[in-house]
Amino acid sequence: MISLETYILITILPPLIVCLVTPFLSNNANLRDFLGPLGGIISSYGALEIMNAVLEGKAPSLKLLQIADGIKIGFEVTPLGAIFGLVASVLWIFAAIYSVGYMRGNQEKNQTRFYTFYAMAVHAALCIAYSGDLLTLFIFYEVLTFSTYPLVAHKQNELAQKAGRLYMSILVGSSVIFLLPAIIWVWVITGSLEMSKNGVLDGNISYEYAPYLLAMFVFGIGKAALIPIHKWLPAAMVAPTPVSALLHAVAVVKAGVFTMLLILTNVFGIDFLSKTGASTWLIWLASFTLLITSIIAIYKDDIKARLAYSTISQLSYITLGGALASAMATQGAVLHIITHAAGKITLFFVAGAIYVGAKMSKISELNGHGKSMPLIFLAFFIGSLSIIGVPPMAGSWSKFFLMLGAAESGYLFVLVVFSISTILNAYYLMEIPARAFFLKKDKEIKVKIPTLIIIPILCTCFLTIILFFTMEPFQNLTSIMVN
Amino acid sequence: MIDIIIKNLPILVVLTPLMMSLIVVLISNNFLSWLLTLFTTLITLIFSLLLYQEVYLHTAISYALGNWVPPLGIEYLIDKVSIIPIIIIALISFLATFFASKIMPAEINNSSISKVYSLWLLAIAGLIGLVTTGDAFNLFVFLEISSLASVALVAMGGQKDKQALVAAYNYLILGAIGATFYVIGVGLLYGITGTLNLADLSNRIAEISDNKALIAGFGFMVIGIMLKAAVFPLHIWLPRAYAYAPSAVSVLLAATATKASLYILARILFSVFDISDNLVTYTLQYIILPLSILAMFAGTIMAIYEKDIKRLLAHSSIAQIGYITLAFAIGTKASVAAGFIHLFNHALIKGALFMAITSMGFYINKRITINNLSGLGRAMPITFVCFVICSLSLAGIPLTAGFISKLYIIKASISADGIWIAFLILASSALSVVYLWKMIEALWFHESPKEPNIKEKPEIYIALLMITFLNIYFGLDASIVVNSSFEAANQLLGVQK
Repeated sequence: MISLETYILITILPPLIVCLVTPFLSNNANLRDFLGPLGGIISSYGALEIMNAVLEGKAPSLKLLQIADGIKIGFEVTPLGAIFGLVASVLWIFAAIYSVGYMRGNQEKNQTRFYTFYAMAVHAALCIAYSGDLLTLFIFYEVLTFSTYPLVAHKQNELAQKAGRLYMSILVGSSVIFLLPAIIWVWVITGSLEMSKNGVLDGNISYEYAPYLLAMFVFGIGKAALIPIHKWLPAAMVAPTPVSALLHAVAVVKAGVFTMLLILTNVFGIDFLSKTGASTWLIWLASFTLLITSIIAIYKDDIKARLAYSTISQLSYITLGGALASAMATQGAVLHIITHAAGKITLFFVAGAIYVGAKMSKISELNGHGKSMPLIFLAFFIGSLSIIGVPPMAGSWSKFFLMLGAAESGYLFVLVVFSISTILNAYYLMEIPARAFFLKKDKEIKVKIPTLIIIPILCTCFLTIILFFTMEPFQNLTSIMVN
Repeated sequence: MIDIIIKNLPILVVLTPLMMSLIVVLISNNFLSWLLTLFTTLITLIFSLLLYQEVYLHTAISYALGNWVPPLGIEYLIDKVSIIPIIIIALISFLATFFASKIMPAEINNSSISKVYSLWLLAIAGLIGLVTTGDAFNLFVFLEISSLASVALVAMGGQKDKQALVAAYNYLILGAIGATFYVIGVGLLYGITGTLNLADLSNRIAEISDNKALIAGFGFMVIGIMLKAAVFPLHIWLPRAYAYAPSAVSVLLAATATKASLYILARILFSVFDISDNLVTYTLQYIILPLSILAMFAGTIMAIYEKDIKRLLAHSSIAQIGYITLAFAIGTKASVAAGFIHLFNHALIKGALFMAITSMGFYINKRITINNLSGLGRAMPITFVCFVICSLSLAGIPLTAGFISKLYIIKASISADGIWIAFLILASSALSVVYLWKMIEALWFHESPKEPNIKEKPEIYIALLMITFLNIYFGLDASIVVNSSFEAANQLLGVQK
């Protein structure tokens, strides 16, 4: 019988071990590249067991290090964390396989460094998922930022360095200037860094200060990419596509919205928020971000840039769901973490496949190429449907709950926002397969896509459909979370 | 034997380096003189650690020099407050001496090396004496010993770069002004109270109220020490002195010299005078607090625009001193404790950064400017990794010592209803990332005209590795530092008279 503590280690350690071993394997590329998927499978196994335990109502916890009185690094898995941990570890398997195909197919330099920091970032994301207190959360939030910098600046040219600088200055700057003092503020008024299921602030802070504290958190969590701190995400697209796929559609940005939801539910508490209305302004900000970035996405011709803005918009769905402060909306927000992850990683995988296979990165170049790459454009189509929210794709569930939540909380204009945004989603995403399948080809291009790229694409695409039918355990988890 | 040592520890930590400095100067073999210095600093470190243990057994050790009972005789007082700077100085001087082995001969003529080590030990003795003594005038004596020795050490840089002489001269004149101010202040207080013993002074001052001479004495003392501690805007001697001193000397001075003076400042403000006194409260609130905030930003901004790396680090020190004085100025127990935490951590950080930079200077054998750094990180990975870790520590990134100090300073300022102070601190530390990043980017990403061919020497990087390790260790297990600092703050502010 393996204890729950061990399962936490089984989940978070594989990426760390991969990260530490990879630098010594630069001469044995096959073994090195095999480690990623292997680590992903082990991590996923641990994450699955932990999720089962959480479903049974347990809270696996593990104390790692006592730094000083009241300051520790420790893990305690919440339902929300169990979900995020599972999403990150499972998608790591596919992303790791995909990276091998991409990096080799594209003949990128410094592959060893790439895999080292890639695993480090996954480790940080998993630690964020399971973190038991605010300080642990903050620490791994920063580790995640730092470990992704070498990935963003991977190409080491002028553009990549500039993007890397912007990436770091926004993410580190916002977290250090706002998130850290917000956490310490909570520490000062509640006397500890712990969080609890129903929030810790009620009775400790006067109602007029609560919105300010929330604002410090919201602008401190730069990874959730709300306007005006969203610029880092499009900038990060200079990174190789596996980075954009796993990190900037799943691990990093989801770490942002995960933190946001955790703060809203476990620090403020849904009841406290709806009682004080502290998050009303956030509803407006998130709605604004959601619409504006959808509109910007329409005007982006670069595939990855369009997907980046789409991601920002989808992240705002999640923040918005949390800010509505209703049980339903929160459930929808959490489910959206899963469904958007599966859908968006597929889209990024496809963008990378097109780049490797046909050296194309602009949407206007895609005309008529559907016939030469039918499978991957089909995958793109299915992933898009999921993000738009069409059954039987996973994305329909989360949108459904979010809309119910909006109705439940009484902010009816949010329903309108969701509807408009769905139309915009459909418009800017469907353009891509539509051009590929229905327009005439401008020129012939020889297409060659490595198998290692195609397999993960099909897997994640398939996942968006399976998830539609297997949403139940996740939904149970979210109801544990809000009740 | 052990008993005698334990009983006499307070004087031994001062006497060991003081006496050995007289012996070292007589040794003509350079290696031997270094070895003896290293041995001395090691013994001093062991003594100071023993002293730490003793202090926590007895809360405070009062040692009557020559058996003349205080307040008549000179008292050496070691309590939970003064033990912190003692440990800092002893620890850093050991590491710096270790580091000096290969660096020193590269910059100093063979004939003067043993003299340098003699001065080196003299400076250490002065600094430790400064924080050990419980006598206001004896403190002045040690202040002068350490200053003059440091000035001479800085001037030794003149063998390589004549600028060092100007820097040393500046340092001498301003240091003398600071010391004079201090001694004038002591004189005034002596005139009023008739005692020089700090503890006794504190008791008698409490009985006097509304005395102009007292205020003047306080002012002179505080300003004199602020000059020594390089509190903005009295810092102008510091950047040059650190920049042109021989490399190893920069490491030693940057990590210890101002720390001792900062400790004295805290002692005067909180222990000799009383925090509940308006005089102290106003000084903290209207003078030291705004100056500290200015220091944080001025130091950081000057560092951002600086091209010479040693000067850059010196400017950064001014900002960091600002954090410490800011923590003192908030004036709660938690904030004073935070100040002491940063006092300790900053010594580790700045010592390490100076070590990393000066060893790069040693390998390329040039003055280290931002342009000379190009690509050096790739050529010397060990030094570079240490440099990056300690930069992160300076910026206050989690899992390093610097994070712990920042955490406590911010917590203390929020607790004292000063959330705007917390923002200012964080804004300035976010700015500090700019100059740190500038260096890291140059070291790693910039292409150098010709790829330098460097083989890192263990004699040089071992000390750097040790101090870097401490930076991480005290980021992961900070309880000793945090608890000692809180004990110190309790002792300083605990008994409200």
